Amino acid sequence: MERLDRKLGLLSSLPMIVILLIAFLAPVVVVALFSIMPPKVFSLANTPDFSSYSVFFSQGYYKSLLWSLGMAFASTVILLVICWPLAYGMAKVFGRFTLVLTIAIVMSLFVSENIRLFGWVLTLMKGGLIEGHLRTWTGMSFDSPLYGVPVIVFGLVYVYLPFMLFPLAQGIAMVPDDARQAAADLGATRWQVFTQIDIPLAAPGIVVGSLLSFVLAAGAVAESKILGGQAVIAIADDVETAFTFGQNWPLGSALSMILICIIGGLALFGVSRIDLDAIMGRKR
Amino acid sequence: MPANKSTRIALFIYGLFIIVFLYLPLVSVGFASISRARYLSFPIKQYSTKWYTTALESSTVKDLLLTSLSIAVIVTLISVVIAFFGALSFARYQWRYRTLFQKLILLPIFFPQTVLGLALLMWFNALGIIPSWKTAVVAHLVWIAPIATLIVAIRAYSFDPSLEEAARDMGADTGTILREITLPLLMPGLVSAGLFAFLLSWGNFPLSLFTTGADSTLPEWLYAKMVSGYSPLVPTLGIMSVVGSFMIIMIALAISWLLRANRESRAASN
Repeated sequence: MERLDRKLGLLSSLPMIVILLIAFLAPVVVVALFSIMPPKVFSLANTPDFSSYSVFFSQGYYKSLLWSLGMAFASTVILLVICWPLAYGMAKVFGRFTLVLTIAIVMSLFVSENIRLFGWVLTLMKGGLIEGHLRTWTGMSFDSPLYGVPVIVFGLVYVYLPFMLFPLAQGIAMVPDDARQAAADLGATRWQVFTQIDIPLAAPGIVVGSLLSFVLAAGAVAESKILGGQAVIAIADDVETAFTFGQNWPLGSALSMILICIIGGLALFGVSRIDLDAIMGRKR
Repeated sequence: MPANKSTRIALFIYGLFIIVFLYLPLVSVGFASISRARYLSFPIKQYSTKWYTTALESSTVKDLLLTSLSIAVIVTLISVVIAFFGALSFARYQWRYRTLFQKLILLPIFFPQTVLGLALLMWFNALGIIPSWKTAVVAHLVWIAPIATLIVAIRAYSFDPSLEEAARDMGADTGTILREITLPLLMPGLVSAGLFAFLLSWGNFPLSLFTTGADSTLPEWLYAKMVSGYSPLVPTLGIMSVVGSFMIIMIALAISWLLRANRESRAASN
């Protein structure tokens, strides 16, 4: 039985592995190779130099990276705060309402990110859903909050909310009620229960949720383009520009590699620390 | 420590508030799509459905829908097959590299999609392949097949391996077991994985952007119009796309509900 399991395990993983090899690993290797080519070449048959990486510092691309990471960090922290009560409700309080919430949130995910962000532009712009109605009904008016850093963070929070919420709810569901009850019986305050029971026991969910939203937000483009009006340039936007308008594949590749290394490092660190079997509900 | 009543009510209201927050932008798009004016401003003075008529008559729109639909259907079919086998390797079979495989699958999900799209563009270029909607299928698969695998894996975790072992003891070969035992047991997971695959492919923008070549999908077209000059068709097509997705979900939910009701009534009559 065990030997058969081993053979079947390998065999049935093959379709997935083939796809990942030819359409994920190979392209990343190509990016890595292009990143050490001299500027503005379109083939790999050149003598490597590392000039594209030095451009990263000399032409201020590191600023975009810092902006992206900073905004990703801010949105992750905000998401943790606003998702926790809801995740707690979904895991422990709501009952049937949890299903309604889950369906509503998952369905919103199927709407293209573009359309949803565009909807926020229509909602928040001057003469938009909120300001337009406010002005007609009350005569009050306000400046559009669009085109700035806060609204980009707002967009990131909006788009990546499900990616924080679901892992968090899963994590909180793993906290046994007995442990909380016992702590309370022994005289722990609410705050003590929260910091010493809830947070440590829900840690896998917190880690997965924070990691997912941080990593996805760090590589996001659409929020800064559609909502931010390019008040700041996201690093993924720089990558795109280098490839399209700049026609400089090596520069784009070098910027990609830097982003890939940061995100990949975080992702590997995160996934090596969690037990997927436990989170996804192994019964054995 | 059950939550007291006021906490319950507060959390419930908070949940409703989050749903409103998630759907508010779609409400704006919805109103915009039935505004008569070419240049939008709220509150809307005159409503009309003329942009829907324009959209339905346009041949560009037909091409966009056809391209998006072809990609989504092919991605769905391939993803479900990959996910069926992948999920067994992920959750069911105890083999040596299982944990490594689990982690490998997560990497494309974490990967920034724009960068993945560009990397694939360079890779296709190096191979001498001219991008078209077919290369976009490959790009979508890299991201969607792992997600589909995770969804089927949740189902695969919950089934009892002794069912397979019993069949084997009675002399069934591996093919028969997969067909007669494993496939029916995983079916609900496969259906939801297929649904996810279709809808995620239908709505995907960052992967399509660089890999469709001269073809264009609906989200790509919408984005192009959003950044370069407003077209009154943007909200209209946006809403059509959203309504299309939601109808598919409703149909899927209705079918699964009918099947369950049917099975229960048959079980009751026996």
